[in-house]
Amino acid sequence: MAKKLGLKQKYQMMTRGLGWDTTYQSMDKVYPFDKFEGIKVHDWDAWEDPFRLTMDSYWKLQAEKERKLYAVIDSFAQNNGHLGISDPRYLNAVKLFIQGVSPLEYMAHRHFAHVARNIRGIGPAVAAQMQSLDELRHAQTQIHTISHYNKFFDGIHEWRHMHDRVWYLSVPKSFFDDAVTAGPFEFLTAISFSFEYLLTNLLFVPFMSGAAYNGDLATVTFGFSAQSDESRHMTLGLEVIKFLLEQDEANVPIIQRWLDKWFWRGYRLLTLVAMMMDYLLPKKIMSWQEAWEMYYEEAGGALFQDLARYGIKEPMSAAVARKEKNRLSSEAWAIFYQYTHAAAFHTWDIDEEHKAWLAEKYPETFDKLYRPRLDFWEKEAAAGRRFYNNALPQLCTVCQIPMGFTEPDDPTTICFRESEYKGEHYHFCSDGCKGIFDNEPEKYVQSWLPVHQIFQGNCGGASVEDVLKWYRMNLGADNLDFSGSPEDKFWSEWHRTASRAEAAE
Amino acid sequence: MTTIEIKTQSLEPRRHTFGNIARRYGADKSASRYDESMLDLQADVNFHYRPIWAPEYEIFDKARTKIEMADWYTLRDPRQLYYATYNIQRSQMVQGAEQQLAFVEKRGLVDTVDAGWAETVKSYLLPLRHFEWGANLNSLQITNYGWGAAVTVPTCFEAGDRLGMAQHISKIGLLFDGNSGDSLDAAKDAWMNAPEWQAMRKLVEDSLVVEDWFELFVAQNLAMDGIVYGLVHDHFDAAGIAKPGGMVVTMVTEFPKTWFAEQTRWVDAVIKGVVAESAGNAGLVSGWFADWSKKAAEAMRPVADKVLGADGAAAVAAVSAALSERAKKLGIG
Repeated sequence: MAKKLGLKQKYQMMTRGLGWDTTYQSMDKVYPFDKFEGIKVHDWDAWEDPFRLTMDSYWKLQAEKERKLYAVIDSFAQNNGHLGISDPRYLNAVKLFIQGVSPLEYMAHRHFAHVARNIRGIGPAVAAQMQSLDELRHAQTQIHTISHYNKFFDGIHEWRHMHDRVWYLSVPKSFFDDAVTAGPFEFLTAISFSFEYLLTNLLFVPFMSGAAYNGDLATVTFGFSAQSDESRHMTLGLEVIKFLLEQDEANVPIIQRWLDKWFWRGYRLLTLVAMMMDYLLPKKIMSWQEAWEMYYEEAGGALFQDLARYGIKEPMSAAVARKEKNRLSSEAWAIFYQYTHAAAFHTWDIDEEHKAWLAEKYPETFDKLYRPRLDFWEKEAAAGRRFYNNALPQLCTVCQIPMGFTEPDDPTTICFRESEYKGEHYHFCSDGCKGIFDNEPEKYVQSWLPVHQIFQGNCGGASVEDVLKWYRMNLGADNLDFSGSPEDKFWSEWHRTASRAEAAE
Repeated sequence: MTTIEIKTQSLEPRRHTFGNIARRYGADKSASRYDESMLDLQADVNFHYRPIWAPEYEIFDKARTKIEMADWYTLRDPRQLYYATYNIQRSQMVQGAEQQLAFVEKRGLVDTVDAGWAETVKSYLLPLRHFEWGANLNSLQITNYGWGAAVTVPTCFEAGDRLGMAQHISKIGLLFDGNSGDSLDAAKDAWMNAPEWQAMRKLVEDSLVVEDWFELFVAQNLAMDGIVYGLVHDHFDAAGIAKPGGMVVTMVTEFPKTWFAEQTRWVDAVIKGVVAESAGNAGLVSGWFADWSKKAAEAMRPVADKVLGADGAAAVAAVSAALSERAKKLGIG
């Protein structure tokens, strides 16, 4: 009688030992990229496989999830599920998601394949290739989910083209391009740990909760379905960091430098989420500040206490993020409100109920600093002078967000930082971004900065309209204020049709 | 036939698919899930930084292969797989395979296999888990460096498949050794040290350092797989089928064999598309195929000799001939 194998043993038998130390070609030639960063790994076998997923279990598990998900997507389309959302303005969060986030899922898919191929430990290599498959899943299921919205709403039809060109989408694009052009261990620190583990509750969760709160059944079903994948990715992130820290003391300062960098890089990217949470969602989940406190300050604080035993400190710039938490979303909204003629989603004047919510959530800042500006813009719009800023903004060379952030200790003064490299001047929104540049100037001088590119004549022409056409924007539909947009009109029309159909029954 | 029709409220959509897909169709009309899942999915311009680990290239770079295509998205997958359909199909295949393994285990059928043949099977089949691991790494490398989601989506699925095949072979080993894992240790030792496996191991290691990803595609998916799967699942299997319990081996290797037939449809479509594009491409693919298929046949010769004895040479020649015939149909001279 054959002896019974436990899950762990079975996984080990089926997976470990598949690889071998090559002898006809040198290991360093087969794995050319896992040493140059200076990370030392002495014993890959010390890697504890956290999931022990074999491919047969993976296929069965994922197939079951996909069957359920696609049943919902089909029924959503068949039953005009888009009419069930709280308010058509909600869809702007979905636009931001497919334009800004779905392309990153695809990038993650490609680069986890790179990592899986290029690190010589079989445990993390197997985990990384399953993540490569998962990320492809997320890209494709997001496209299939949002495909239905594309049939009825604007700003979605050219998400892929726009991601590589439009000014605000260079923020997420450059973030991920930065990660994949780093070595494999920096990539894992950047994406698996800093992003998936430390900050995912501030990206993925707010979007999916926003969907749930606003009646977007299709996206929320995707969110639930992806949850177990995300948990696996988060666990991989934590395991990788602990493993590297345990392997050699010399790894500690390298990882600390990466954590400092990627905390700030990730945090700056989350500016878009902060704006989404506080301004774009008709029905709010919680404020950005509350989310930051709960998911970063509390959960992240505990994590860094745990990592202290390895000599890891909380990233220095976390103190600045703390100072910015009651203004980040309002500063971002101000940028997008004035440039919404050049964006593929809508902004609008904030109504009194929404202002009251902001005042309650941000008692120290909203009434004093931001309400007067919103009131002023509202009056201007009412007088037929809706404010659009026709000057192109200066961008931060690192995060690529227009320079609209303020001094950490003075929310009324714009923060400018500058470095000189080989006779050229580079501008930054913060000490965090300046520090990242100063550590690796030869990398960031390459940045594809949308405003520079426009001025250099690489974006379709010299006028704003030329550039927007080059973005493949449908002018007057994808861009401008929500009020008076085609979506605004269609929404009422669709509901009239729907209620006529009901009355006829 | 009588049909019933449920009335649903229909709203006129403002558009039917994404702009890039409508442009490819030449009209705004409903798109298949397959098309929406992959067309133009990969970023192709305005990369921000060059890889610090390969500054001579962009993040994705057409120069990573000598093959040139006007449009890489013409290399479609005839199976039209996207993530959902891929996993659903594989889960069905693997459930069938599990039933076969469970059946064999429950009836103790492994003990009915002729003892000498069982040893032979272990010696040729189980080291292939390492061949599959090499194929897994190569599929990941193609996914990593390839151009265009039309090709790199299925190559990522292939990576999953090859890991799955390696693990399926491991299960067969565990079936034979009563879950001790001894047979897997012995197979690894054979892969590392047995004289008949060294040429094959060298060839796999050589493939791991190939720089041109489409050469790697031809080397792995057409040449090496063509020789190895043809020999193992046709000729070796046929040699045992008349022996007591020989059918048991056929049964437990049904999964890789069925998978390979399915995989071949896609591999052939990709290679055919590349070759048909230009004489330059056809020349490159022909050269790579000639080189790698010859080496693969030579590398498997000692294994074939060990399994088939005097018939080894003829089996290798037959498999090579069949593969050349297949290649000819794809336009490879």
